[in-house]
Amino acid sequence: MTEFNFKLSQEIELLRLVTVGSVDDGKSTLIGRLLVDTKGAFEDQLLAVRKKKGQTHVASAAEIDLAMLTDGLAAEREQGITIDVAYRYFATPRRKFIMADCPGHEQYTRNMVTGASTANAAIILIDARNGVMPQTKRHTHILGLLGIPHLIVAVNKMDLVNHNQAVFEQIRAEMQEYCARQGIRDLICIPMSALNGDMVAVRGEHMDWYEGQTLLETLESLSVMDDIDRKPFRFPVQLVNRPQTPDLPDYRGFMGTIASGTVRVGDEVMVASTGLTSRVEEIVTFDGNLEEAFAPQSITLTLSDEIDISRGDMLVHPTARPNDTRDLVANVCWIGDEPLTLRKKYLIKHTTNTAKAMVASIDFRRDIHTLEKMDADELAMNEIGQITFRLQKPLYYDAYKDNRLTGSFIIIDTFTNNTVGAGMIV
Amino acid sequence: MSETISEHRLTQLKALEAESIHIIREVVAEFRNPVMLYSVGKDSSVLLHLARKAFYPAKIPFPLLHVDTGFKFREMYEFRDWYVKEVGAELIVRRNEEAIAKGMNPKDYGVARCCGALKTQGLLDALEEGGYDAAFGGARRDEERSRAKERVFSMRDEFGQWDPKNQRPELWNIYNGRIHEGESVRVFPISNWTEMDVWLYIREENIPIVPLYFAKERPMVERKGLLIPYYEDMKDQLLEGEEPKMIMSRFRTLGCSPCTGAVRSDAATIDDIVIEAAAAKRSERETRIIDHGSNSMEDKKKEGYF
Repeated sequence: MTEFNFKLSQEIELLRLVTVGSVDDGKSTLIGRLLVDTKGAFEDQLLAVRKKKGQTHVASAAEIDLAMLTDGLAAEREQGITIDVAYRYFATPRRKFIMADCPGHEQYTRNMVTGASTANAAIILIDARNGVMPQTKRHTHILGLLGIPHLIVAVNKMDLVNHNQAVFEQIRAEMQEYCARQGIRDLICIPMSALNGDMVAVRGEHMDWYEGQTLLETLESLSVMDDIDRKPFRFPVQLVNRPQTPDLPDYRGFMGTIASGTVRVGDEVMVASTGLTSRVEEIVTFDGNLEEAFAPQSITLTLSDEIDISRGDMLVHPTARPNDTRDLVANVCWIGDEPLTLRKKYLIKHTTNTAKAMVASIDFRRDIHTLEKMDADELAMNEIGQITFRLQKPLYYDAYKDNRLTGSFIIIDTFTNNTVGAGMIV
Repeated sequence: MSETISEHRLTQLKALEAESIHIIREVVAEFRNPVMLYSVGKDSSVLLHLARKAFYPAKIPFPLLHVDTGFKFREMYEFRDWYVKEVGAELIVRRNEEAIAKGMNPKDYGVARCCGALKTQGLLDALEEGGYDAAFGGARRDEERSRAKERVFSMRDEFGQWDPKNQRPELWNIYNGRIHEGESVRVFPISNWTEMDVWLYIREENIPIVPLYFAKERPMVERKGLLIPYYEDMKDQLLEGEEPKMIMSRFRTLGCSPCTGAVRSDAATIDDIVIEAAAAKRSERETRIIDHGSNSMEDKKKEGYF
């Protein structure tokens, strides 16, 4: 029986990834390669998609139809396209990865936004033969807007350009220039051949000129620390816990997930909307009370005073209060079938708080190829622009660039109830 | 205290736990009448444990619903009744009595029809009867390729059906819980957990699970490459040439007794199980007959299967 290191398994960290690119860039091959090489897929799952019927053993990625492994819906397999985000899981001895695998076609940008919103790192696939395509820039722009901390450009199919370093260097230079224009700094470019496995999990023999890490080494060494524990304390209240049992007749606990920062017993806390303050009496968890808690823990707080707090309120430290506004300015990625139009009313859900909002102005639409600001009367599906909303009540927020959780919101159509937009507060 | 900033990190299991608790609480905040589907398996045990954590020191504010087929293993019923009482939860058991009275079983009617009647229809009837607008389930995305595409809040129309091509985008940790009258959601708080995470968490948290998961010498019948547990009252169901034997074995997943096989294993403790899972070459669902067939899980889910 294999050795299993229990101690190490308890120290594993989580890294959320998003992969963008089309099947033509060899994305399925790359993902299949990662799954096979890290044992993220089981033998019966691989055998189910083997190329030769009757095969009873799968020795390498080349023997299986990797797209069949990743395209989970019948319609996708029928049409040979990827429709929706699929989530994949794989682990190395040091890390567990949750990978959102996003379709590449332009019309599926909304799925990409979905997959990318929670990611710490993104892998952007480029076919070495085609170089940087308009679609690559579009994806990169959205990833930058969503504030993904690390971008990895996987220059794939190097085997089809004779592993030529000059091809790789040109793509790298072009991507660096495009990213620099948007202020994206952390860009890593890796040449690879997913089909042969070169520079994915192993270095291979064809690209000695490349001195950087393989893709898997890169994924294992990226910093997952995004310092959310060092940011100001933000605690959006989800629910008020009132057991009302004989043992706990007057208990009032405020339940929520810490969006950022840390909180300690005895800290003075303030309700962002009313300015009322109290002190933290207990930090309650099922496993016992804590002296201190930090993001992203899910906890329950009790306070020393009875003050009015309900779902949608945010507890903060009085020394570091959030911004507030009724005129909300945000970058919006539109994902609804019907376009966003001026003066239309929507609901926005920001942390645990839902409010009515009206489109007060469409400040501009961003041409994602040239990055120029364009005049617009509406935002259609997959378009991006800056919108000003007039809110029914003030919103307590941080800028998205400072805090992804208190700076983001979703836009809900009041008629269909669908999620139609993703907002990142400026 | 000498706690430094760098100590403010969660292990991946604790990060998954925090995410799951957040999801469970959002559902209770935004839905009128939630229910937790409880299948008695290990994933259900984890889900129930997370629900206890989410609302501590209060009790779980929703009932558990077990859609029983009447074909579960004896040990599962015993465990269910003991554990639910132990944690002080409210348990509702529902069965498709009409189909059971007609003698529905996988041998005579086929696995698909039996599952459709006893599980899918049983579930849809129970959800409608209870008027539940949200139902928690313990499904994970790593289990099966159509599940890999499912949202955490998964919409169902008034017929309880899933439309995989028209799913709501799900952004950050903000879940859209708004539905029309008659619609409902299935919510999967442990979507991002893998089989390994579930075992490691059960180990770390000492979560009770049905004893069938642990290896023991058990009377078994070998049928089509699967090990089927043998009980005295099954004598009439033995096929030609079949003979019960004592085999050291355990279950990787638990379903209905006629359709879930055991595996040969010496893993008698939770540590052994983790070690075995780490070395496993085949997925746990391989022992579940229901999954076999080209689009089987996706088709079932579209019809309303959990």
